Amino acid sequence: MPSMNPVAAKWIIDAAYILVAFLFISGLKRMSSPSTARGGILWAGLGMVIATLVTFLAPMVSATTSADATMNLVLVIAAIGVGGALAWWSGKRVAMTDMPQMIALYNGMGGGAAAAIAAVELYKGEQHGLAYATLAVLGGLIGSVSFAGSSIAFGKLQGLIKRSFRFNGQQFVNVLILGAAIVLGGLIATNVNASPAIVTAFFALALILGLTMTLPIGGADMPVVISLYNALTGLAVAFEGFVLNNAAMIIAGTVVGSAGTLLTQLMARAMNRSLGNVLFSGFGETGGGATGPVTGSQKAIEASDAGVMMAFAQKVIVVPGYGMAVAQAQHKVWELAQLLQNRGVTVKFAIHPVAGRMPGHMNVLLAEAGVPYDLIADLEEINAEFETTDVALIIGANDVVNPVARNDKSSPIYGMPILNADKARNVIVIKRGQGQGFSGIENALFYLDNTRMLYGDAQGAVNQLIQAIKSVE
Amino acid sequence: MIDGFIAIYIFMLAAFTGYEVISRVPVILHTPLMSGSNFVHGIVLVGAMVALFNANSTLERAIGFLGVLLAAGNAVGGYVVTERMLEMFKASGQKKPAGGKH
Repeated sequence: MPSMNPVAAKWIIDAAYILVAFLFISGLKRMSSPSTARGGILWAGLGMVIATLVTFLAPMVSATTSADATMNLVLVIAAIGVGGALAWWSGKRVAMTDMPQMIALYNGMGGGAAAAIAAVELYKGEQHGLAYATLAVLGGLIGSVSFAGSSIAFGKLQGLIKRSFRFNGQQFVNVLILGAAIVLGGLIATNVNASPAIVTAFFALALILGLTMTLPIGGADMPVVISLYNALTGLAVAFEGFVLNNAAMIIAGTVVGSAGTLLTQLMARAMNRSLGNVLFSGFGETGGGATGPVTGSQKAIEASDAGVMMAFAQKVIVVPGYGMAVAQAQHKVWELAQLLQNRGVTVKFAIHPVAGRMPGHMNVLLAEAGVPYDLIADLEEINAEFETTDVALIIGANDVVNPVARNDKSSPIYGMPILNADKARNVIVIKRGQGQGFSGIENALFYLDNTRMLYGDAQGAVNQLIQAIKSVE
Repeated sequence: MIDGFIAIYIFMLAAFTGYEVISRVPVILHTPLMSGSNFVHGIVLVGAMVALFNANSTLERAIGFLGVLLAAGNAVGGYVVTERMLEMFKASGQKKPAGGKH
């Protein structure tokens, strides 16, 4: 390996990391506005490239070079090549609908990497002092939980894990596992017993905790869980940054840790759930038991009638939900909207903060179809407009338009902010069947006098609407 | 050397920075932003590289290799999906010619 003055190498790395921290933070800042967001990821990406390249100088900083320095260098390049190529390939071909689980997967990989750093440090058995060892242990614990938990989140959203595993006393068992992991971590951090066997047992417990914490959580709550694990991975990275004395890791990890925590809170609040409730109640898939009686019946409508109704409307608000994503209907929906616009109908899209599987998931899908973002409105912006709307078209959304959240105190979703689609003059609901929503709660909207149900999958139903409107002309 | 109180200062200021940066983000950008922040903690790659550079035994080398592999996946995958999502955000006035209405 070419040699370099250790002091110079250290100086170059530190200087570069300052630039990297600047690029990351200003990149995230630019991502906070739609017009500059694209540039934001480019800035952050540039930061990552600089950080990676300059880190190849790291072996020249330490005075004692590893005997197998060349072999390690080859392994680093090979691992970056293989891991990077697989991620590039998978990231390029994943459908927009599947983004949430892909983010979960990549996030889990980051947590696993943080845990791996902790494992290498702890297996070395060198004494770093209590503070460093404690941070290494904490980072290892959090990283392992994030790795295992994100993998489960991926499996659930990808449909690989179909059911939730619950048993009585599950939370007690989780607390026991966490307690045992903390005890072992304490032994390691205080150097009472930092033998490889104890370190192995510690990581095994941490991984199991990630599994048992996440398995009982229902799919509806997965966005919050993924966001939480994203924040946790950031924190783990920051802790390992302290251990390795790496400023870039500390700053980037902490920024993500706090930003991710805020994002998790915003999401949980939008769903009217506390974070503890999401993690420990297992509501996401059961529910349903506490619903009040719903009177009336669901009234079906033919696509041709629904099409005419919309064609002669003045204003239509489209409320997309996960059903639109599943059916990949966003392109058809935009075609429908353009058709209506050409007839002089005002068309807007109303997005609930937690529609789909992640906040903003619907916006991404609509953007993919080419819907300009100024036609897309948030809950607060548009809720007052439903009263002056002729047709609210609900496409595969359910809980986010359920009026029981406003008026039924016994409902588990009581108090959750919803889109007031029921206030529109007419409501058309595209829905696959008469089943309940993701939360398992009966939707009172479907039984209202001004609501008509258009049964069918979103893609097919919207297609029929398009044909119906075309035949009006 | 980043020691003691300096480390805590960095931690505190970075935490406020993250909170402030994200608190002004509109809902429509939440998914890309989660993805973007997911990409940013891909910086764990540099730590994994250092761990593998310093590995002295087969076990350390194996874990270090896994760490770099996972971290590279985090960084590259996070970048690709974020970039793909943000690429699609366009206002009415800036449509692609091919994607126009007429």
